[in-house]
Amino acid sequence: MKVLKSATFQLFVFSILLATLSQNVLNPYQQLILSYVAINVILATSLNLVNGFCGQFSLGHAGFMAVGAYVSGVLSLHVQIFQGPIHFLNFPFYALVGGLAAAVAGWFVGMPSLKLRGDYLAIVTLGFGEIIRVIVLNLDSVGGARGLYGIPGPKGISLKDFGIPFELSSFFVGSTLAFFFAGGTCVVLWRLTRSSFGRAFLSVKEDEVASECMGVNTTQTKVFAFVISSFFAGVGGSLFAHTTNYLNPASFQFMKSVDVVIMVVLGGMGSLTGSVLAAIFVTVLPEALRPLQQYTGVDLRMVIYSLSLILLMILRPQGILGTKEWSDFSPFRKWVGKR
Amino acid sequence: MEDFFQHVLNGLNLGAIYALIALGYTMVYGVLQFINFAHAEVYMLGAFSIYYANKWLHLSDHPGWMAFGISIAIAIVVCSAVGLLIERLAYRPLRGSPRLNILITAIGVSLFLQFSGQAVFGADPKLFPQVLMDSEIVRFGQIQIRSFDLTILGVSMAAMALLHFLIHHTKMGRAIQAVRHSQTSASLMGINVNFMISLVFVLGSSLAGVGAVLVGLKYPKIDPLMGMLIGLKAFVAAVVGGIGSLPGAVVGGLLMGLSEEMVVAYLSSTYRDALAFGLLILILVLRPSGLFGKSQVEKV
Amino acid sequence: MILFVSVGALFLGAGCTNKESSKEASNQILIGQFGSLTGAEATFGQSTDKGIRLAIDAVNASGGIKGKKIKLITEDNQGKPDEAAAVVKKLITQDQVVALLGEVASNRSLAAAPIAQQFKIPMISPSSTNPKVTEIGNYIFRVCFIDPFQGPVMAKFAFEDLKAKKVAILKDLKSDYSLGLTEFFEKKYKELGGAITSTQNFQTGDTDFKAQLTAIRSEKPDAIFIPAYYTEVGLIARQVRQLGITAVLIGGDGWDSPKLFEIGGEAVEGAYYSNHYSTESPNPATQEFIKAYKEKFNETPDGMAASGYDAAGVLIEALKRVEEITPENIRKALAETKQYPGATGTITIDENRNADKEAFIVQVKDKGLKFVRTLAL
Repeated sequence: MKVLKSATFQLFVFSILLATLSQNVLNPYQQLILSYVAINVILATSLNLVNGFCGQFSLGHAGFMAVGAYVSGVLSLHVQIFQGPIHFLNFPFYALVGGLAAAVAGWFVGMPSLKLRGDYLAIVTLGFGEIIRVIVLNLDSVGGARGLYGIPGPKGISLKDFGIPFELSSFFVGSTLAFFFAGGTCVVLWRLTRSSFGRAFLSVKEDEVASECMGVNTTQTKVFAFVISSFFAGVGGSLFAHTTNYLNPASFQFMKSVDVVIMVVLGGMGSLTGSVLAAIFVTVLPEALRPLQQYTGVDLRMVIYSLSLILLMILRPQGILGTKEWSDFSPFRKWVGKR
Repeated sequence: MEDFFQHVLNGLNLGAIYALIALGYTMVYGVLQFINFAHAEVYMLGAFSIYYANKWLHLSDHPGWMAFGISIAIAIVVCSAVGLLIERLAYRPLRGSPRLNILITAIGVSLFLQFSGQAVFGADPKLFPQVLMDSEIVRFGQIQIRSFDLTILGVSMAAMALLHFLIHHTKMGRAIQAVRHSQTSASLMGINVNFMISLVFVLGSSLAGVGAVLVGLKYPKIDPLMGMLIGLKAFVAAVVGGIGSLPGAVVGGLLMGLSEEMVVAYLSSTYRDALAFGLLILILVLRPSGLFGKSQVEKV
Repeated sequence: MILFVSVGALFLGAGCTNKESSKEASNQILIGQFGSLTGAEATFGQSTDKGIRLAIDAVNASGGIKGKKIKLITEDNQGKPDEAAAVVKKLITQDQVVALLGEVASNRSLAAAPIAQQFKIPMISPSSTNPKVTEIGNYIFRVCFIDPFQGPVMAKFAFEDLKAKKVAILKDLKSDYSLGLTEFFEKKYKELGGAITSTQNFQTGDTDFKAQLTAIRSEKPDAIFIPAYYTEVGLIARQVRQLGITAVLIGGDGWDSPKLFEIGGEAVEGAYYSNHYSTESPNPATQEFIKAYKEKFNETPDGMAASGYDAAGVLIEALKRVEEITPENIRKALAETKQYPGATGTITIDENRNADKEAFIVQVKDKGLKFVRTLAL
């Protein structure tokens, strides 16, 4: 039963379990928030690859997310390969295409930019992110300023037509997909950072000149990190498109990139676990703070965000976990062994 | 043809304002080697300070050079204070930290000011008090030169000239240049480095304050997010001119203003903002040190 | 450890807020409102909110509907479309409202409507004029006129009343409302025989329009049509006069805000725009509304407030007519609304779920609005 050991299968089971749990405990709105958490986990961990592990500061993540979202959204409006009860299989396909498109965009952006130093790279990636957004804004075929709506989300699965009384709500299917993607991203990035590629990233982060001397092709390594990161940003964007069913260029502004940066910094640049935790925290916090807004009448959420960013940098720049992962904590050591 | 000259005039005006703000960016980068994202918000606060000052002092009831002068003075004081505060509280603790951290902090400060501004002032646009009356001075057929245009050009040139004088012909300016060259050596020579850095912030922020008043007069609609776009364009201007170079910021600013005006006039306003980014990417890919900058060789 | 606990606590916290609302549902009617209470076009949301609250408080004070009081749950979307989509989802799935009121701006309505339609909750927009909003589905209604009506109205007014034979258009590329209104204005105006000298564009948030206006100046149009929101119109008007252009300025209901006079100052004096109502309308329902509003809020209501009041009013009237309060029944009752005496005129919901009304042309005079005429096609 080799399939039982396969990572994909385990991931699938994990997603179903989590979805079942949330279906029974939470109401639809909270399930929606969980989907957002999943999206942010994907975004944060993928950005961490570039910012944290590779030490290159990218501020354009929202642009790649936009590419993935729009490509996936438009595709889903025109192409539906799987019909009927296995309709949900369409979505990994859309995500794949969206991710690939974003990866290509990442390649185009990365190639010229990665020769630049720290602050310059940040500004250029910011610029590219905005340019992508402006391009989308002016493309009437994808809705432009008015946005693209009516993007299909995962439908529920009903086997009633086959005489089997088995039904899953669309929320359930949506949640499963979201967790599957998020889990998949984490697994892939975890394996990547613990491979020789991962070591190449770290060496580039530590000292580029020394890495070059040791035979690490720094530019190629950086571009590689960038492309992988953009791929997953695209996947995140695709999930976003199918969860909200509506895309508007205003959702992919610089602020979105900053949101993801906050998650990465808060969690610890160089810690995937940290990014996951921070993503959860940063997604849930504004919702929990919503009542505060009704009391005070002003939106204090962003004020709190930005203030925490400043304080974090001054008081604890390594974020919550620094470069540690969950495997570094003693109860888990036995499972994973030393790195 | 007449339109073209009007566009040139408009562009120069716009450019002068970008230049004023770009100088702030470039000065801070020169001494501290980082991009002060919060500079744009200092500018925004300058504009709002005059808005609120007007509520108390009723300057707009007596528009004229007196009111204008007072507004400039208030803006300079407020912006310098804000700039100093930011430097002390947010940047100084991070002196010596990796560049990434400072960058993130700068972004954090910028966002914090923007959103606090929204929370405190309200996000809806307000009217900047008219402390100076606008009127037409000269007219060549359809081309107008209005008093505001002259004021903006005049005041910005004066401010830049003052800065130039300060930097190149005073002892203080010499000290600033020393700090830009090497902080360690400067402190060895007996220069109070911290004081000089604060001074740089004060100078840069004052210019932003002046810019805020000038912009407020010309485009009286102000809102807490007004700094972002203009800040970005001014930053691009600084980079285009060569970040760290004062004449570069001025030239970059004027260039930025002119090209923006031409793009909107002859292409489409859609590309107005994209132009800024496009220019930025172009210059960073082709000539990263900018027009006036020196290309730096990284030594191992 | 602390982190896990705090994350978990937050999670539960975000979840706990919904447990209480289910108990109250039985003796209250939950209505959701989403609007731009903060953000760049905040006056839209704030005025609408006041109008809605006026109507709901009045009906609650007189005993409610069939003994049940209406509870209004208001969410702010900060003027952002994706925030509108998010709060509407929350109102529907967490707060379990039976109907929605909102939004003023068409692009926020367009973001929220598919969700309302998907969950089959009726949504009434007080003043979104883009035709696409109600086309989304049979649960989406509006109590105002639509741009295919408003555009031609202004075109007719410009050509016939103002005798403007040449018009230049300055439209906002980022605004659905602006693009739609331009399209319909242009079509009718050309039909009537007018000439469009040029169509210039700008983007929401721009502050400098000299380039576009310089081009317009050379064309010497009789009027300039600016189908945008008050936030930019004020500045545009100033720059129009600064460049020495004497053309008449005309616009649509997006101009309607007390801030227009503040930002536009002298420059907007004498401009005309089409609105949902006028304070000088002889309609008794209008005057009653204005009196009640002034009493409660101590200020004169603008078009958005009147529209909000009518949207709530139409909903209340539908609620009174249904047997049992369910979203489906409300939808049916709304579709059957006939001759409702609103503050913005008599409202009948047609088969496209739009309101068939006349437009009020107003002129800016002395920092206020003067009623010029009503116009229908």
